[in-house]
Amino acid sequence: MKYDRILIRYGEMSTKGKNRKQFIYRLKRNIAKKLKDFPTIRIEETRDRMYIRLNDAPHEPIIERLKDVFGIQSFSLALKTESDLEKIKEATLSFVKELPYEGKTFKISARRADKRFPLNSNELNYELGSHILRNTDNLTVDVHNPDIDVRVEVREEGTYITCADVAGAGGLPVGTSGKAMLMLSGGIDSPVAGYLAMKRGLEIEAVHFFSPPFTSERAKQKVIDLVKRLTTFGGTIRLHIVPFTDIQQEIYRKVPENYSLISTRRAMLRITDEIRKKEQGLAIVTGESLGQVASQTLESMYVINDVTTTPIIRPLVAMDKTEIIDISKRIGTHEISIRPYEDCCTIFTPKAPKTRPKKEKVIQYEKVLTLDDMIAEAVQKTETITITENDLVHEELNDLF
Amino acid sequence: MIYLDNSATTKVFPEALESFTAVATNYFGNPSSLHELGMQAERLLIQAREQIARLLHVKATEIIFTSGGTESNNMAIKGIAWQHRHRGRHIITTSIEHPSVAEACKQLEQLGFEVTYLPVDERGIVSVEDVEKAIREDTILVSIMHVNNEIGSIQPIEQIGATLKKYPKIFFHVDHVQGVTKVPLDFKKANIDLCTMSAHKFHGLKGAGILYVREGVKLSPLLAGGAQEMQLRSGTENVAGIVAMAKALRLAFEKYEKARQELNEMKRLLIAELSKIEGIQVNTPVDHSAPHIVNFSINGLKSEVFVHELEKQQIYVSTTSACSSRKKAPSKTLLAMGADQKRAESSIRISLSYENHRGQLSLIIEAIKHALKKLQEVAREM
Repeated sequence: MKYDRILIRYGEMSTKGKNRKQFIYRLKRNIAKKLKDFPTIRIEETRDRMYIRLNDAPHEPIIERLKDVFGIQSFSLALKTESDLEKIKEATLSFVKELPYEGKTFKISARRADKRFPLNSNELNYELGSHILRNTDNLTVDVHNPDIDVRVEVREEGTYITCADVAGAGGLPVGTSGKAMLMLSGGIDSPVAGYLAMKRGLEIEAVHFFSPPFTSERAKQKVIDLVKRLTTFGGTIRLHIVPFTDIQQEIYRKVPENYSLISTRRAMLRITDEIRKKEQGLAIVTGESLGQVASQTLESMYVINDVTTTPIIRPLVAMDKTEIIDISKRIGTHEISIRPYEDCCTIFTPKAPKTRPKKEKVIQYEKVLTLDDMIAEAVQKTETITITENDLVHEELNDLF
Repeated sequence: MIYLDNSATTKVFPEALESFTAVATNYFGNPSSLHELGMQAERLLIQAREQIARLLHVKATEIIFTSGGTESNNMAIKGIAWQHRHRGRHIITTSIEHPSVAEACKQLEQLGFEVTYLPVDERGIVSVEDVEKAIREDTILVSIMHVNNEIGSIQPIEQIGATLKKYPKIFFHVDHVQGVTKVPLDFKKANIDLCTMSAHKFHGLKGAGILYVREGVKLSPLLAGGAQEMQLRSGTENVAGIVAMAKALRLAFEKYEKARQELNEMKRLLIAELSKIEGIQVNTPVDHSAPHIVNFSINGLKSEVFVHELEKQQIYVSTTSACSSRKKAPSKTLLAMGADQKRAESSIRISLSYENHRGQLSLIIEAIKHALKKLQEVAREM
């Protein structure tokens, strides 16, 4: 007998009352997308859990992929059988025999959800435990600290045998919390911010500012690769690439050097907000963390944030740099982020940016700029790319591989 | 023609060759160049690295491109030795390694390192206990091949890796040149720190190879220069060869996965048939050996002449390994297995590819019988 299904336990969404239906629908859709190249599988949902019927699909690669799906608390390989004592005995034994059990200890944790079943949980533990002991060598019982905890759940529709929970990614299914724009620079922080935003169920669209010839095609490619990495967790993601050279030069020429950075950030936020309106998002996600660099002092944040009332979500705001780096390594964005190309933030960085800028001063300086028109133009000329998980970024190169 | 020398080198996949030509023609830029052409070449390199990492279930940053197996082995062994020489100067390897491991170790011995060459049993397999017993306070590296290139025996890499887990300061290098795509190996499960592979053994082109370097492992580069390959291997990257290698690796995994059973069957039948022939001693163990290598000895007859006799019938085999077949030397692996001089000097290696099948068996066996008979006649006259 082989594992025939994977049992998925929902995360927090189990507690979400009325929204539950939508949560389950989203999660099912996200899982189906993630596993679309396993055509034989079937996903069945019930009120409090989901089952993937494998229908002979290999379970290892499926398990690997499920680890990246938000909204899953944990999952385990399972076997379903009829709720009949002899059948359960047989299935439990073959389940154990599929595992590397020799020299290990085990226990049976039976649960009788269907009270019509003649044996209660304790009786079932005893029956199944002794059946396994009789039919295996070199396997002993330890009810306190077992190596293998075999769970048997007798339910109305059948009995499920599972063991060894695999931790899921947690969080909420992507898309259940609405849509936000992610300001994506190419550095280490913003992809992590995007990841954490998606973890809380946000669908994201990325916005990147591109300043040729000051930033190269490579910098743009890097951002495309980062988005591609994020699609592992979020499915399809749209990337908006904003032509930013003119605005940056205008600011650089007309705003005093120590305020140019603040002004640039304000322009970026305004543009992102415009794109957000067009795309009907409700928030903006940034990779800002308090005190990291000049533009991330509280004073700077206050002055930059002044251009919009749209909620700005800063998932990293209270994190240490080392914590952020750890996450970026875990999710695979670090190795892309550390590619050494110039991005628009580094190239125009003033020598001594104001760390305590004043709002009145920025507004004063910006009066000489024709920002409104330039921002409208940049938004209009923005290029949008749709990036999906399974396609290679450069399809014309696919034949080479 | 029946080509049975796939452990020496394989016929390149036409698809891989197409990639090579396309890349060399259209994407000839230097990946380090700043302009568009350089960027395209760099992109290809990134994509090749990602594909190879995916196929091997490791991270892209853990893949270093080299010129082939010899360089990867040298880089792993000397790189670790030099980087960690202040911590210890003892290396453990086996007596059946490929020359690129054995000779690298010998060079290190001249520099004051000590090397333990572990014996193997009569099947050509090293024992896990021997590895552990050889470990000393100053051991820094254990280097053991996965599949032996001469007789095809499989070393217990996973168990050795499990044992070495208790000694976190010792690095574990595996020469996987003969094994990759043919005998599955889980790098993570086997606790491997460094692993060597070579493109032309899996139907890629000569001149491209891989060294897997686990994240966090520090080694000193062999080649100093422009700091390519994460500072570990300088030199302008062989982009076309590397892209072709990525494609070849993907195809080879597919094809050998499908062919494994057929090859295993064929190996068993070959061994069974050869064992029946008088004057032939089979050296490859039936169990614990790769599906594609069968080695046998012809009882002291001249193996080189035997190769040429088979060649007349358009069947291409090898005397021991290709690298040592020009030297007139007995097979090192066979000697280590306890074979006598006569047996060790007259060994022949058949190495299969996914293209071979049982339909060719009778032809091969007949040709071998025929060649053997001719050699025996000559030997009698002399």
